[in-house]
Amino acid sequence: MERRTIFPGWRLPLLLVAPQLLLTLVFFYWPAAEGLWQSLTRTDAFGIHTRFVGLANFAALFADPRYRSSVAITLVFCAAVTALSLGSGLVLALAADRELRGRDLYRVLLIWPYAVAPAIAAVLWLLLLNPQIGTIGRWLVALGVHWDYALNGTQALLLVIVASAWKQVSYNFLFVLAGLQSIPRAVIEAARMDGAKGFHRFRTIQLPLLAPTLFFLVIVDLVYAAFDTFGVIQAMTQGGPGRATETLVFKVYQDGVVNLDLGSSAAQSVVLMGGVILLTALQFRFLGRRVAS
Amino acid sequence: MTADLVLEGVHKSYGQSAVLHGIDLALAAGEMLVIVGASGCGKSTLLRLVAGLESLTAGRVLLAGQDITARDPAARDIAMVFQNYALYPHMSVFDNMAYGLRIRGRSRSEIARRVEETAALLGLGELLARKPRQLSGGQRQRVAMGRAIVREPKLFLFDEPLSNLDAKLRVSMRAEIRRLQRRLGVTSLYVTHDQVEAMTLGDRLLVLHQGRAVQLATPMEVFERPADSYVAGFIGAPAMNFLSATLLPGGGGADLGPLGRLEFADGPRPGPAGRRLTLGIRPEHVALDPAGIPFTVDLVEPLGSETVLIGRLPQGEMLALKRAGGPPPAETLAIVLPPAQFHVFDAASGLRLDPARAAG
Repeated sequence: MERRTIFPGWRLPLLLVAPQLLLTLVFFYWPAAEGLWQSLTRTDAFGIHTRFVGLANFAALFADPRYRSSVAITLVFCAAVTALSLGSGLVLALAADRELRGRDLYRVLLIWPYAVAPAIAAVLWLLLLNPQIGTIGRWLVALGVHWDYALNGTQALLLVIVASAWKQVSYNFLFVLAGLQSIPRAVIEAARMDGAKGFHRFRTIQLPLLAPTLFFLVIVDLVYAAFDTFGVIQAMTQGGPGRATETLVFKVYQDGVVNLDLGSSAAQSVVLMGGVILLTALQFRFLGRRVAS
Repeated sequence: MTADLVLEGVHKSYGQSAVLHGIDLALAAGEMLVIVGASGCGKSTLLRLVAGLESLTAGRVLLAGQDITARDPAARDIAMVFQNYALYPHMSVFDNMAYGLRIRGRSRSEIARRVEETAALLGLGELLARKPRQLSGGQRQRVAMGRAIVREPKLFLFDEPLSNLDAKLRVSMRAEIRRLQRRLGVTSLYVTHDQVEAMTLGDRLLVLHQGRAVQLATPMEVFERPADSYVAGFIGAPAMNFLSATLLPGGGGADLGPLGRLEFADGPRPGPAGRRLTLGIRPEHVALDPAGIPFTVDLVEPLGSETVLIGRLPQGEMLALKRAGGPPPAETLAIVLPPAQFHVFDAASGLRLDPARAAG
């Protein structure tokens, strides 16, 4: 049953939603509108002249091979971070779902990385993998691997992927574990009695029942990888070497804040906003379906 | 008949606390044995040990002559019906029933044939395409049964399968389970706390109390000759009345104190004079008699065809009695306790005391 409270007038309800509306207006709709407008203009580097150029910024953007390479990097980055963090979260959650000694401690330890700030996480990984001072980095070099992420773009991308994924593993772990524990024990036991063993049981019983959770996590992870990894990249590679780790969000910052090409930066933001809206719509549609079922 | 399922000295402990203290049991092929006991007596644990879902602390389980003690549940060829059905929520009724057959690598046509036959047997034919959430409780119960039956296993295990159903459905499903089990002739273990289920379903009953097998016998024998005062009080509703007494010299009777003396109708009991006894008499055996002991009624429970009266004897002993028909005419009645209806138990051990028989 839906519970509804009927207010006599419109003043009190308006007053109650006003703070939320105001915050959204000031911090979202206003800048979004400003960005939308800016994406249709071009401003000189000193900010003196601004003129309306229509969709010229967008046309230039899509024609720019650097932008297209950034899109490709972002797609690879997002896919890799999502796969790595969700995969590890799933494996760790499956392990934690068993009855083992020290299970609670194990869980707490696994949740910790989520509480680490992106820049700190980046520094932690640098300390591990720096070819001169990193523990593992020096070990790799000693083994004869040409390990230097400051020169090798692929290695740099690998590094930001691993560091970004590491931070997201906790989140995935928590949700997958909760999902696993919401599967009734008797259902698993029934499958055991029916003769299902190990991986087959996981694939035919647990995985389908986890599917809603996993879908939700894929969306969350994609959004995380696409938008929340700026700190990690900034602290580790600053988009380099060359442009090997320049994701779309990093490029927005680079072009707008560093290079002061506000029009292009705004156009890139609008494209990203379109992406966020798409992902959010997907998730809402899906969540709506789940509630209805 | 050869024994089909054999339990030998089955022990189960969790850390320091022992749950089962050595259960020995042998089921004939096709037999339905009901394990009954109060909650916490270890009956579900015993079932899960046979299923392989828990491991034994000591003892052996043999099925059809093979030692399956260490075998994985998947390799035991046992089917189980769970209390909350445990259907696979993401699969249709058909897939729920076909799951075990597919794992065993049966052909597509054989699976379809067997599932359809079983569905017809259970009246599920129309529901094969539905998901469990689209079914009523009774239908889910049938699917759970179907999933067990379709595999044609060596042994059925039932873990309180009817306790989530409403009273009316429970009665009809009870009859159906019995009918199906007889028809299929599969050896079955059935766990319940419900004594009516136990009495009506079992070829034999195993009464468990605090992890020990107290009595293993046919339902009527358990009812008529309970092995101890616990079983006597557990089986039968309302519960048996108990009175304390001491053995008279010679063992031919008991001293009930202010209630007088009782001469055993079936012969003397062993033991020294003054041995402390518990005498039991079922409520339906207490008779009304104007010349009897005064009985003050405290509570009247009319059940339609009969009425249960709960009240006190002059010295304050609580007593229940059952009489045919409606509520009694007065608040004070007079009753007699027929000597032939008494069960005699040792007060200290609770064990049944039968008349001492002459040797040979």
